[in-house]
Amino acid sequence: MTSDSILLSLLIWLPIAGGVLVSIAGGANANRSRWLALAVSVLVFAVSIPLLTGYDAGAGTLQFQESHVWIAAIGANYHLGADGISIALILLTTFTTILVVLGAWDAVHDKVNQYMAAFLVLEGLMIGVFAAMDALLFYVFFEGMLIPMFVIIGIWGGPRRVYATLKFFLYTFFGSIFMLIGLIYLYLHAHSWELSQLTALHLSATQQAWLFFAFLLGFAIKVPMWPVHTWLPDAHVEAPTGGSVILAAIMLKIGGYGFLRFSLPIVPDACQQFAWLIIALSIIAILYVGYVALVQEDMKKLIAYSSVAHMGFVTLGLFIAFALMRVSGDTQAAYLGVQGSMVQMISHGFVSGAMFTCVGVLYERMHTRMIADYGGVVNTMPWFAAFWVLFSMANCGLPGTSGFVGEFMVILASFAMNPWIAAGAAFTLIIGAAYTLWLVKRVIWGEVTNDHVAKLRDINPREALVLGLFAAGVLILGVWPEPLTHLMDASVKHIVDQLLVVKS
Amino acid sequence: MSLNPTMLLLIALAPLAGALIAGLLRNPIGRVGAHSVTIAGVGVSCVLSFYVLYQLVWGGAPTFNQNVYTWFQVGDFSTHIGFLIDRLTALMMVVVTFVSLMVHIYTIGYMADDPGYQRFFSYIALFTFSMLMLVMANNFLQLFFGWEAVGLVSYLLIGFWFKKPSAIFANLKAFLVNRVGDFGFILGIAGVLYFFHTLDYATVFAHADSLNGKTLDILGATPWAAATVICLCLFVGAMGKSAQVPLHVWLPDSMEGPTPISALIHAATMVTAGIFMVARMSPLFVLSETALSSVLVIGATTAFFTGLIGIVQNDIKRVIAYSTLSQLGYMTAALGASAFAAGIFHLMTHAFFKALLFLGAGSVIIAMHHEQDMRYMGGLRRYMPITWITMWIGTLALVGMPGFAGFFSKDAIIEAVHESQMGAASTYAYACVLLGVFVTAFYSFRLLYLTFHGKERFVIDHGKPHGHGDHGHHQPGHLAHAPHESPWVVTVPLILLAIPSVVIGWMTVGAILHGNYFGTAISGAAEHGGDAFAGPFATMLAGFTAPPFWLAFAGFAVATYIYLFNPALADRAKKALHPLWSLLDHKYWFDELYQAVFARGGIALGRGLWKGGDTGVIDNILIDSTSAGVGRIAATVRWVQSGYLYTYAFAMILGLVVLLGGLWWVVRV
Repeated sequence: MTSDSILLSLLIWLPIAGGVLVSIAGGANANRSRWLALAVSVLVFAVSIPLLTGYDAGAGTLQFQESHVWIAAIGANYHLGADGISIALILLTTFTTILVVLGAWDAVHDKVNQYMAAFLVLEGLMIGVFAAMDALLFYVFFEGMLIPMFVIIGIWGGPRRVYATLKFFLYTFFGSIFMLIGLIYLYLHAHSWELSQLTALHLSATQQAWLFFAFLLGFAIKVPMWPVHTWLPDAHVEAPTGGSVILAAIMLKIGGYGFLRFSLPIVPDACQQFAWLIIALSIIAILYVGYVALVQEDMKKLIAYSSVAHMGFVTLGLFIAFALMRVSGDTQAAYLGVQGSMVQMISHGFVSGAMFTCVGVLYERMHTRMIADYGGVVNTMPWFAAFWVLFSMANCGLPGTSGFVGEFMVILASFAMNPWIAAGAAFTLIIGAAYTLWLVKRVIWGEVTNDHVAKLRDINPREALVLGLFAAGVLILGVWPEPLTHLMDASVKHIVDQLLVVKS
Repeated sequence: MSLNPTMLLLIALAPLAGALIAGLLRNPIGRVGAHSVTIAGVGVSCVLSFYVLYQLVWGGAPTFNQNVYTWFQVGDFSTHIGFLIDRLTALMMVVVTFVSLMVHIYTIGYMADDPGYQRFFSYIALFTFSMLMLVMANNFLQLFFGWEAVGLVSYLLIGFWFKKPSAIFANLKAFLVNRVGDFGFILGIAGVLYFFHTLDYATVFAHADSLNGKTLDILGATPWAAATVICLCLFVGAMGKSAQVPLHVWLPDSMEGPTPISALIHAATMVTAGIFMVARMSPLFVLSETALSSVLVIGATTAFFTGLIGIVQNDIKRVIAYSTLSQLGYMTAALGASAFAAGIFHLMTHAFFKALLFLGAGSVIIAMHHEQDMRYMGGLRRYMPITWITMWIGTLALVGMPGFAGFFSKDAIIEAVHESQMGAASTYAYACVLLGVFVTAFYSFRLLYLTFHGKERFVIDHGKPHGHGDHGHHQPGHLAHAPHESPWVVTVPLILLAIPSVVIGWMTVGAILHGNYFGTAISGAAEHGGDAFAGPFATMLAGFTAPPFWLAFAGFAVATYIYLFNPALADRAKKALHPLWSLLDHKYWFDELYQAVFARGGIALGRGLWKGGDTGVIDNILIDSTSAGVGRIAATVRWVQSGYLYTYAFAMILGLVVLLGGLWWVVRV
């Protein structure tokens, strides 16, 4: 068993150990818990930097691999590894966790040590998902990360938190069961849980179709795709700010990542066969959910629906690749679609995380998320308003912000498949701007509408730091996405080239 | 000698630096600091832009085309930020930076009392940067970048007075209508990438002919010519930005923004981006007769019908706004008639005289204490002679008085439309642009007379207190003290813009329309090269006998008779022609239609999908029934709420383990 590096193990277990430490050592001392948690999250981020600097992006292969026998009886290995795509997502996770810890500084007063601990444990488990190269290990992390999230929503959530947690649980559990059955089925054929072994497996068209739908249920709910998205608005509304940020910024990405790692390489023929379905659902997500977002009265719900619409680009970009590669042989456009979908995941991490943080900033002051309770916030919180407008522009995909890059790539790529699909996707330019800027108009602009708004204080330096770091991510990625695309390029190519292999 | 890349970077980045300093350090640097640093930035850009033009035209510098950095690379496809500097770009750079500089200086006076002074300077400098990135782009991606960035600044500036409900309605409307255009634009760009495999201008234009014979299945059984689809999509983008019917509705409302930006963004520069874009894409547009005739018809329609609305407006800025719409229609019609050079020529002359007219109107508005209704003006020529004279100059340029700037460019457009060979489209367009001349003269002189001539229709209440706010309204038509001429920071830009409004046409008509100024920068630029051109003087003389002059004269005569000698006639005409007046007063009901169909319709659709689809079908029927019924969930919730959450969490893990184990066992067997 090999062990190139223990970096990934460190990234998984360090935050989990840190979480345990915070929950014990922090005790009832809220401040000690905060500082400890911050120290751990910064340390983890620092440890994740060598992934970036030490990665040979030109090769695009799995690197930093580590493999040990885990459960010999069933051939499961503790196999970790990361390619450009995993590294991008791991860095997004370590970066966002710092911001969540900072963001919760004054917002959470109850059981601070456990709150912080839950996020650190969650961080470790999510990194595990992105690093696992063994299907069983992946599944354990995939399910395990739900537990801290349930606890976060269930304990620190809003009044209907139990309903939301249950809905979240039932939905995701329903999906993962089918995924697990699919994985077990694969194991029985391959006698291995190794992803590379599962990918090499020859499967008939029928087998692939069954597996495709098993994976689809697992990942579509996570993304979430229309029509299995209705758990997300409820979960967001009840989740505390940090929970919403992690949910939107990282956990939704695991659905997209799952499609990329499992569905695409393992059952390419079925993906090809059912690409139309995913493409149709993605376009519905962009259009239908866009309209639903328009009429929301609760800011968090609006942003949650907007997340669903934006994630539509992720699934669209992934699946047009099939039509492009196999039908027209346009590999270039297929690269562009998949790459666009990955860039969209990273960008959405920044943008949605920032938007939910902004809502949290307002909620801490006003204790309401209802749009109607606001109006004229710019008069009392000008710096906050500047950040909000920036993130809103990113949310409607303005060039110069990260929100533009992925959407642009996916729209360009889908034109190569069919101009009408490109038109459906491009409609987000209109509807996305409509729901986002109408929200801005009602919350930010205008005269001060009531006494509560009149008494608002502008953001403090800590909040400015959190929003400023999000803004840096949004702007740097928007002005110069090349480093990110370079990081993922060879890995994306590698995955797209696998699509051409006909297995059945 | 070729152009220096560092200098080009400096041209683009100097205004950005000014914007960032003024915006982020607004308090430390104060008002003087903010206007100094932005004016310095834009000033540097302006001087260097003139130098670039000089080098290209007289210094023998070749076209500059170079990438600055790679924006992204995916496989073999890469996108860049880079500059293409040819004579078309240089002309745009000079126009943009010069008008911007004038507006910056003017703003010192216009916004003197405004609490958002630094923010305003930051925005207009940011606008200058964005507009420069747009015109200097060497690829479609950067063009779209600049395109959206100017849209953003326009949004921020229309809503600059963010407490005004009308302003924050107008900026949302402007952004959304522009986004409808951008929807087409981005599809056009996608089409370009699909057929050319690059977004680089030079490569695309060099291989433009390869589009011939390529088709796309869009609608119906017959495939569409690729060039037609791409050009129509791109043109939809131009229609949004350059406010062509039916996407024109945002521009009049954009007058909610402060007047300096109406001059800079919503008259001289940003709204002409669509014209610039089509001229830049001329190698593609010449491939599609269908696209060109659509451009021609839409441009001509805009030119005539929006001009008509200008006749019934009473707000001084709105008259000029409708005039801008109409003139943009002229430019678009020129593009449709393949007279790309004439379109750009009119873009340039219009930038000077329309900026002048807007700034002049702003000067009037300052004098009238932010009263914009011309019914409460009149006789102002006695109080503000510089504004009065410069407004006259601007008006003469606008109506096409032979010899003035607008004459050369507008006549060239009318001539080109006249000569275009597109059957009924050409006939219709020619009628529109010709009648538009009468309309233009009528509303322009009406504005002059109502504002500067005739009786004073305002009352001066000496000694009474009044509000000095931007929009702090008092009794209409009542002023606390007599109006007076604006300070020099306002009048100097007026004078500096009046000069080119007189001479720029005369000076450049030979080169631009007959001297192959644009060379290969735009297609069909040299088409008038063979004409007998006997110099600007002869052109001017010939202008006096041509139909446009007599139509303009008729407009002038009618306006003079009504508004100087027989004001009661206007009211009688309004009553006699009430249905027509009502149609114009309601701007052909476009706003009401869009509000009902798109705004209210969109919200109704959203509600239906949310309550019917998400809550009704998905949650209530699919989810809750498959998960063993609503009652069961409610019961579980009650149980859980009675216990501890930790118990619940552990129960969940336990359940998971049991389930996994069970499944495992089942599958093994």
